[in-house]
Amino acid sequence: MARFVLGRVLSGLLTLFVISLVMFILFYVAPNDPARTIAGPQATFAVVEQIQERLGLDQPLPERFGRFLGDVVRGDLGYSYYNQRPVLDTILGRLPVTASIAAGSAVLWLAVGIPVGITSARRPGSLRDRLGTVFVLVGLSFPTFVVGLLLLYVLFFRLTLIGVEIFPAGGYIPLTENPLEWARHLLLPCITIAFVTAATYARLTRAQMLEVFGEDYIRTARAKGLSERRVVYKHGLRSAITPLFTQFGLDLALLLGGLVVTEQIFGLPGIGRLAVESVIRGDQPIIIGTVLFASAFVVTANVLVDLGYALLDARVRIT
Amino acid sequence: MIPTDVPLIDPARSPIPAATIAARTPTQLAVGRLRRDRVAIASLVVIALMVILALVAPLIASWAGHPVHRQYRDTGLTEFGLPVGPRAEFWLGTDQLGRDLLVRLAYGARISLLVGAVSTVAAVGVGTTIGLAAGFFGGWTDRILSWLIDTTLSLPFLLFAISLVSLVGPGLGITVVVIVLFSWCPIARVVRGQVLTLRDREFVEAARSLGAGPMRIMVVDILPNLVAPLVVYGTLLVPQAVVFEATLSFLGLGVIPPTATWGAMLADGAQLYRVAWWMVVFPAAAVLALTLAFNLLGDAVRDAFDPRRVEAQPK
Repeated sequence: MARFVLGRVLSGLLTLFVISLVMFILFYVAPNDPARTIAGPQATFAVVEQIQERLGLDQPLPERFGRFLGDVVRGDLGYSYYNQRPVLDTILGRLPVTASIAAGSAVLWLAVGIPVGITSARRPGSLRDRLGTVFVLVGLSFPTFVVGLLLLYVLFFRLTLIGVEIFPAGGYIPLTENPLEWARHLLLPCITIAFVTAATYARLTRAQMLEVFGEDYIRTARAKGLSERRVVYKHGLRSAITPLFTQFGLDLALLLGGLVVTEQIFGLPGIGRLAVESVIRGDQPIIIGTVLFASAFVVTANVLVDLGYALLDARVRIT
Repeated sequence: MIPTDVPLIDPARSPIPAATIAARTPTQLAVGRLRRDRVAIASLVVIALMVILALVAPLIASWAGHPVHRQYRDTGLTEFGLPVGPRAEFWLGTDQLGRDLLVRLAYGARISLLVGAVSTVAAVGVGTTIGLAAGFFGGWTDRILSWLIDTTLSLPFLLFAISLVSLVGPGLGITVVVIVLFSWCPIARVVRGQVLTLRDREFVEAARSLGAGPMRIMVVDILPNLVAPLVVYGTLLVPQAVVFEATLSFLGLGVIPPTATWGAMLADGAQLYRVAWWMVVFPAAAVLALTLAFNLLGDAVRDAFDPRRVEAQPK
């Protein structure tokens, strides 16, 4: 087990190292001069050179990468070109928004996707199963921004027109300020992401449950007279649910993409919106920062998922 | 025991003419099954209509008398400068600049289908090459390539994509590159798995004993066996590419305005959905119809190539 943990952590670190290297090459080695970006198009060569010197851009490349990596490891992601604030502080300031939506939608999609999958698997081919299949297909085909826009139109605009003001148009209220408003403002963004993602889980749960239902021990459980509920939820779900962990780890990368779009639609000041704003402003330290921050999050989460998986299923540890 | 008293049928004297029992390849069988699948045919019709819409976009523009970028400030906007809804002159209404939505929708189909087709072909090419190499050579090649696949799959790709766009600047080319960069992985993974089971089969051994080199074995002997999964995954990749392009355009980081794309039209619609529902509903319906059709077709193609999957399920 110790070897497995060590191997997994090392490979996670290697991944992060390679991502940092790629970002460094893309942003500092490729034909792209940060000093020119900071100085602006009208600056003289002397000014650009001065900035290059201050940023250490005149040093040899390996040395610069070493310094870049050292800074990143210490959590120093540099300063924004746009407002000169530390990048890490800016990202951490936006984190509560993104974390709120991510957590809320994850709870929602698991709470919808898994039961839909179980219901479908219990009677394959039934009306419920077909409805489940339609749900999956629609969910998989709806792009996040289309769902977001339609929800905004129907649940906010149409409902507000007829006097039902449950859903706000967007914006974010901190939890500490007003918990009720916080939840109310998160509803639509969370439904948006959950709608798109729940489909994957419904499909996966259905497939897993169908496979498990064919196992001998399920027949045994039924034969010894256990109630159907006990068979499905205790014996069946328990072994069907482990692969969902792996899927969850993989989906984090996807979730971050959905967050970028959702934050944009609902005007939520999260990390995704920060990234889009920075791209439009050409604020490179923030762009690099968000990518590295998000990668570190995804890689760490995947290592944790794998470790949790190994705890649940002894067979994984061997490979 | 082989029964010896069964009279052997001489093909020449068989009651059934040889022509009616012609051998059919698995692909022919799959196409036959696909043709009987009503959902698949309906999806194909939708896709065909989209392709026609894209092809005749200039015709629609000239027939409606509205060039794609022309702004109709007098007839296409209300006196308050807002877009007008569907009417005789503008069948699907106009956008915030008074441009004909129907014409723009048709031109948007060109971008979506172009990006979908080009990036799918490229992603299948890259994925097949990497998957073949990883599965066939094994050892360190496999270890490094598999690691590459897993790592790319776990990247926050939309953030990565927009950071690439920020370096190069938005445009059609970088959009395709970004899509390919992040969509070859599932293909490579599937191909690798298939190759692992194929490379030790007798026909590969036979080819090797006849002196075939690795290149020849991979391309001539193994590749034809991968057609079925490649067609299935390729079909399912198209809607993903279409959505990715629309997403980038929606964020303002895709194809540059004033080029008409569905994503950019939806981004405009997002600003004005309170007064102009048509600016959201029509492009959204177009994106949905296309992605749904490709997803359904992909499922149908998979079932057609692998009938056991369908028959195994109780009716």
